[in-house]
Amino acid sequence: MNALAIARQSWELLLAIAMAPILMGWIAQCRAWLQNRSAPPLLQPWHTIRKLFWKDAALGDQASPLFRATPYVLFGTMVVAAAIIPSVALDLPFVWAADAIALVGVFATARVFMALAAMDLGTAFGSLGARREMMIGFLAEPALLMVFFNAFLISGSTALPSIVGRLSAPPFVIYPSLAFAGVAFVMVVLAENARIPIDNPATHLELTMIHEAMVLEYSARHLALVEWASALKLFNYACIGFALFVPWGIAPHHASPVAMLLAEVALVLKLAAAGAVLAVVETVSAKLRIFRAPEFLATAFLLAVLGLLVHLMLGA
Amino acid sequence: MPPLVLLLGLIVGWLALGAAGLIRPQHLRFVGRVLFPLGALVALGVAWLGLQALRPGHAADLLVLPLGLPELPFHLRLDPLSGFFLLLLGGASAGISTFAAGYFRAGEGTAPGLLCLQYHVFLASMALVLVADDAYAFMVAWETMALSSYFLVTTQHRIPEIRRAGFLYLLIAHIGAISILLCFGVLQGGSWQFTFDAMRGPQLTPAWASVAFLLALVGFGAKAGLVPMHVWLPEAHPAAPSPVSALMSGVMLKTAVYGLLRVTFDLLHVQQWWWGAITLGIALFTGLFGAVFAAVQTDMKRLLAYSSIENIGLIFSAVGLTIVFHAFGLHLFAALALSAALIHCLNHALFKSLLFLATGSVLHATGQRNLGKLGGLIRHMPWVAALALVGTLAIAGLPPLNGFVSEWLLLQAFLLTPQIPHAFVNMLIPLGVAALALTVALAGYVMVKFYGVIFLGQPREESLQEAHQAGWLERMGLVWLAVGCVALGAFPQLLLNGAAPVTRDLLSAAVQPGSSLWSIAPIAPERASYSGLVLLVGILGVVGVTFVLVRRLYHGRVRRTAPWDCGYPWQTPRMQDTAEGFGQPIRHIFGSAFRIERELPSPWDTAPRYRVQIEDRIWRALYLPLASGVRRLADAIAVVQGGRLAVYLLYSFLTLIGLLGLVL
Repeated sequence: MNALAIARQSWELLLAIAMAPILMGWIAQCRAWLQNRSAPPLLQPWHTIRKLFWKDAALGDQASPLFRATPYVLFGTMVVAAAIIPSVALDLPFVWAADAIALVGVFATARVFMALAAMDLGTAFGSLGARREMMIGFLAEPALLMVFFNAFLISGSTALPSIVGRLSAPPFVIYPSLAFAGVAFVMVVLAENARIPIDNPATHLELTMIHEAMVLEYSARHLALVEWASALKLFNYACIGFALFVPWGIAPHHASPVAMLLAEVALVLKLAAAGAVLAVVETVSAKLRIFRAPEFLATAFLLAVLGLLVHLMLGA
Repeated sequence: MPPLVLLLGLIVGWLALGAAGLIRPQHLRFVGRVLFPLGALVALGVAWLGLQALRPGHAADLLVLPLGLPELPFHLRLDPLSGFFLLLLGGASAGISTFAAGYFRAGEGTAPGLLCLQYHVFLASMALVLVADDAYAFMVAWETMALSSYFLVTTQHRIPEIRRAGFLYLLIAHIGAISILLCFGVLQGGSWQFTFDAMRGPQLTPAWASVAFLLALVGFGAKAGLVPMHVWLPEAHPAAPSPVSALMSGVMLKTAVYGLLRVTFDLLHVQQWWWGAITLGIALFTGLFGAVFAAVQTDMKRLLAYSSIENIGLIFSAVGLTIVFHAFGLHLFAALALSAALIHCLNHALFKSLLFLATGSVLHATGQRNLGKLGGLIRHMPWVAALALVGTLAIAGLPPLNGFVSEWLLLQAFLLTPQIPHAFVNMLIPLGVAALALTVALAGYVMVKFYGVIFLGQPREESLQEAHQAGWLERMGLVWLAVGCVALGAFPQLLLNGAAPVTRDLLSAAVQPGSSLWSIAPIAPERASYSGLVLLVGILGVVGVTFVLVRRLYHGRVRRTAPWDCGYPWQTPRMQDTAEGFGQPIRHIFGSAFRIERELPSPWDTAPRYRVQIEDRIWRALYLPLASGVRRLADAIAVVQGGRLAVYLLYSFLTLIGLLGLVL
């Protein structure tokens, strides 16, 4: 590990941290266009975060240290997750610190902290959100693991750089099992990032909320960090999707600075496309009743397991 | 001096401490401030001796004691497998004994001195189980363990429910013990030699070996709580005082794992792959079953008991996987799976003891075990809450703590199964991985419920406002266990290095932690690696930097107000989720697993009552029919029991004639 590698890692991280809110802004723009509304500016989430940081925090009078620490923990876990996922290059030092299973674990850590913080003040909506979030989580987490295991069966590794290296290697093959895994993954992304059809990020109806119900009590800098962390979470999930299903364009080992730059351009293009697709999916689907959410996620889980079986039967 | 002799000295030390409790049985300060802390010191010694046995190049120690039957003195043996479990016993019980020193109060059932005797006999018998090297010594220690823990469970013997729980525990412990006894009977294979050394030698025929294995699985499974023999766990754990629950769940269940490993790998030398498949199937079902039932519990210790069932499921599935790999000759993979099993045993001993002890503090501070009457304790017991949070995160299998390490290793071991040269087994594995992933994720749900309902939110009862902080000895015990959880999570290579001598001894293969100092890469670094330390430092580092930056660049102004809650001003504690409410999605999704009785109020009720009772289906499907069958059989036999002395004498006479006829 040398200074150059660390510098590149830090650069990639800063890029992720900076781009995550812009991705949110882009999705909001696309949604507005599709719904025939005039769109907010691309940098709107950034302005919101800046504004929130300057405000005075209003804390519930019974809030415990856990409640105050959670926004920082969420932000920390999501930044570490962004460092683990090879979004731009394969030979960054941090990507080897943890594999795909540990990545799922890091996401779970964030989720558990979020749910605990939501229960801290003992408000009706907080615990309702926590319960629903954990219900979504315990179904989405195994589904995500199964998606990774599909990639594992092809590449023989749970380390993300090895998976990317194997899947982007020249002989271009369409793996049937990855098709199953891909559908399952999209469903998991929708559920885990509080998007329609599981949750509505723009909802104002308390009884249907999941993510929003959990962050109701946060304000100012705490809210800014929570929102930033959820933007990073979506960014991370998008990068996981790219690594598994469109791994082309990620800079290989010992890449030149030009290749790195190209990889960054490729990442931006992929993010733009993914954001647009997400906006379309959200626009054309309706929100499910909360009791249908387990069915939705069980479908994702079973699809991913089916992918594993397909791989073992076809041997490909 | 050989470690085994030292260990024997420590075991005698534990017994002596127990006996010393009888000098002044009612004197709480003497027992609490002198005997229990000394017991914790002895426990540290036991852990140290366990480590000695794990040192590379350590040959198995042997010792024959002039005790026991005329032809069969006690044989003792200290090898790496015993050493690993002694480390677990010593490490966990050091924390538990420290906690217990401050825990027991006067007037809680059994006198403190007597309790001290039972407690230390329990510890000593567990240590003896781990070093016994013949069937007789093993059974004596095993039964002493069951009996001493029975008395500990029934500490508050004036309460009928607790007596009933103790009886159930004793019953199932003895069904298990009979099965283990029969297993040893098969293992001696007609040689009538009952030392383990003699049993290691002769190869049984596959059929008899399978019988022996199944008997061992039933016997040790009953102790460990495999479904359907798990029923005693959720009854006995809440009944026992918290340090005892911690010992039983954290350590005693692991002696069953030890026994199964000893019999399967050391004495039987695994012969059939289907042994592993059966174990795996039962274990995965047990894991999922435990997690689902834990999610709907409303008693905090019962919830933890079900969570123990879940963890035992994880451990036994690793053991089953080891057997499968070993039977197919994949020794390195078997070593990985066995390492996962051993490491999860150690991890579970730490975090489950921590959580049981934390419930003990909560119980003492509030007098409540019912989750529906707790809440908000993080504000009154910050120490216990912070340490319990460590245990909660660890048991939920979250990185960078220790629970994640063993689950990671277990999943890695599962992912090696495509290399098994057997198509049918290969096809079953994805289902196994799916069940495992679901179990692990459900554990997170359960633990959020556990922690959130007890420590977070608003107090659900007025009396909780007077909840007091735990004493310093109790806190020290909790700190010891919590530090273990964090340290082993940050340095997982310590765990792998600890398991390596055991796997080398049993499977003649060992997993190397990898070349790097901070990460583990059990098979190959490009295949998978995990670094707990980097994750821990990374997350804490980003949290610290963010905190400093936010404070520097902006401001730290805070206004304390009433919670917002969408502008609804009349918040009461009853508006939070109850334990039932938090478990409701699980009840909804896994509805068919439970037997649910519900009493819903009608709209015209003046005093509406809502009651829901959730039962294990096993009771009605298996145990109640079994019990009534036994009763019918007993009634049938009771015909010969007329109650008249002359008739009984006639029976004796006839028996005597019959025996004489047989002899002559």
